[in-house]
Amino acid sequence: MSTEQGKAELAVDTPYSGDGYVEEPLVHGNLSFHDVTRLIAGHVEKKPPRAWYPVFFLALGALSIFGLMIGHLFWNGTGVWGNNSPVGWGFPIVNFVFWVGIGHAGTLISAILFLFRQRWRTGINRSAEAMTLFAVVCALSFPTIHVGRVWVIYWSLPIPNQMLMWPQFKSPLLWDVFAVSIYGLVSLLFWYVGLIPDWATMRDRAKTKVRQRVFGALALGWTGANRHWRHYERSYLILAALATPLVLSVHSVVSFDFAVSIVPGWHTTIFPPYFVAGAIFSGFAMVLTLMVLARSVYKLQNIITISHLEKMNIIILLTGSMVGFAYTTEFFIAWYSGVEYELFAFINRATGPYAWAYWTMFSCNVFAPQIFWFKKMRRSVPVMFTIAIFVNIGMWFERFVIVTTSLHRDYLPSSWDYFSPTWVDLLTLLGSFGLFFTLFLLFIRFVPMVAIAEVKGVMPQANPHFYDAESTQAVSTESPNAES
Amino acid sequence: MASEANTDRIHGVLGEFEHAGGLLRAARGVHEAGYKIFDAHSPFAIHGMDKAMGLGQSVLGYFVFGGAALGCYLGYFMQYWMGEVDYPINISGKPFFAIEPSIPIIFELTILFAVLTAVFGMFVLNKLPTPYNPLFYSKRFARVTDDGFFLHIESRDARFDKEASAALLRDLGAVNVEIIEDLGSREELESDGG
Repeated sequence: MSTEQGKAELAVDTPYSGDGYVEEPLVHGNLSFHDVTRLIAGHVEKKPPRAWYPVFFLALGALSIFGLMIGHLFWNGTGVWGNNSPVGWGFPIVNFVFWVGIGHAGTLISAILFLFRQRWRTGINRSAEAMTLFAVVCALSFPTIHVGRVWVIYWSLPIPNQMLMWPQFKSPLLWDVFAVSIYGLVSLLFWYVGLIPDWATMRDRAKTKVRQRVFGALALGWTGANRHWRHYERSYLILAALATPLVLSVHSVVSFDFAVSIVPGWHTTIFPPYFVAGAIFSGFAMVLTLMVLARSVYKLQNIITISHLEKMNIIILLTGSMVGFAYTTEFFIAWYSGVEYELFAFINRATGPYAWAYWTMFSCNVFAPQIFWFKKMRRSVPVMFTIAIFVNIGMWFERFVIVTTSLHRDYLPSSWDYFSPTWVDLLTLLGSFGLFFTLFLLFIRFVPMVAIAEVKGVMPQANPHFYDAESTQAVSTESPNAES
Repeated sequence: MASEANTDRIHGVLGEFEHAGGLLRAARGVHEAGYKIFDAHSPFAIHGMDKAMGLGQSVLGYFVFGGAALGCYLGYFMQYWMGEVDYPINISGKPFFAIEPSIPIIFELTILFAVLTAVFGMFVLNKLPTPYNPLFYSKRFARVTDDGFFLHIESRDARFDKEASAALLRDLGAVNVEIIEDLGSREELESDGG
């Protein structure tokens, strides 16, 4: 199965045929099981495409800037940032919420879509989960460096310390420590469990001793035995069922950081669902950004098909509209509450000194995705890539607007100020992208980026009854492969 | 290899099938023939295979419930003991311990312990990691993680008979049948001087 052939079939863009709704096959190009293995595992085995190297070194450069900025911060203290009274929570918390939001799409795709039997998730869940992990790593680094005295960060955990004191469990910031770190750990385990059959595939294809050893160790001796699959599938289902409330709780807890306070603009009950919708929205945009690039560079158009991307665009449209609804509701409630401070906070948001940020957020998040009402736009790769970038920008600005505009004009006009980031703030944000992309590029270099076993499981040949009716034809689909 | 098989070393017979449907039929046949210790190996989980092999539902769920209950209890007890007993500290006159602000952490710990049980419980039930498996000696078996479908009857089974079991697999449509010998792991081989 050549990729050129696959491309040619992609060009024929008529997935819905006949009079009724016929579900489009999830894997295009008439691939056999072996083709799928070769297509996905092959990328881990051969040298990366030429484009990988410059991008990787760019990401590595940004990562070193991240390291330098953190070193600079530790040496000099948090005064190197723009955070100052009255805006005590500047870029670090904006970046934290931004990254942890992005880290929601992976688990949504792997857990919630799994429970809803959305089988199209198999094409994208592996990379979305990986992206989740790396986003959570980026997210966790910000509160860690934000505490100022990072060498006593363990005080935030229930570990005995020299003060003989325990963490303050009544603080939402501590709930955050638990929620985000547990989320990171659970995502890692979920990801690893999903990888076990694919590590075994890599092990069985390994040509060198080192690969055999490393993949052999990672595969834990997996042999695809049905007695194993039985517990494995059950475990996966339970993990999905547990990760679903977890993923919804994590961003709710993040929103409690704001909502439990009594700052006008933060103290709203709509925050938990609104944050969760925003998290899914931004996460899908980031998955889309990465997938559009990865599928074209790695020629995976037959596995991550245009219909996969279209379904993600529908979710972006849905969650983007939910976020827009939340923005409007906030305004209405601010007026309806009759609290003048609350109303001021919102009018100040839309018309005050940060109006530029507010309207950037509003247009990127609410207006831009509306283009996805049109099917042609949903299925156009350049359009969706542009919109995804807009959404990434817009969702960063959402957190910036929430944090900054609510703080910069507090109850006392004499302390009003205009927050501006310093060069350290900006370079740290840039650096966190370096960390994210470095990890992601290493992932696509060394780990099968699509769940091989799961994709095979949703192919028509995987259904044992596929062979009942058309057994002769089925044999011909599984043509004996000349190569290995 | 098969012809000079040392009977003590025989681990089982391995039949290869053309596709998932063939494997499912064969598994049903082997189960109906009365075999107990056999397994179907496939690159992905096949629907209906548990039933064909006569296996019930996995017991993992019960363990996970236990894990969740433990996490819930730990989350509650930890916050109670640290806040109320070991170091009570008055913060704006709030109670030392109350259930409302404790819920998020109780919830997160419940999930954490349930997930740990779901993952490591699965490992225990599946006896993972198992670094050595005699099946790895079969060259054809390497395709099990790619596009191969295999059924393996272990010699530990009471009904096992080298010829009869192999014949059964052939009758059930196996395209290739081989005897698997347990030659020992690499470490054992090296310590034997060979």
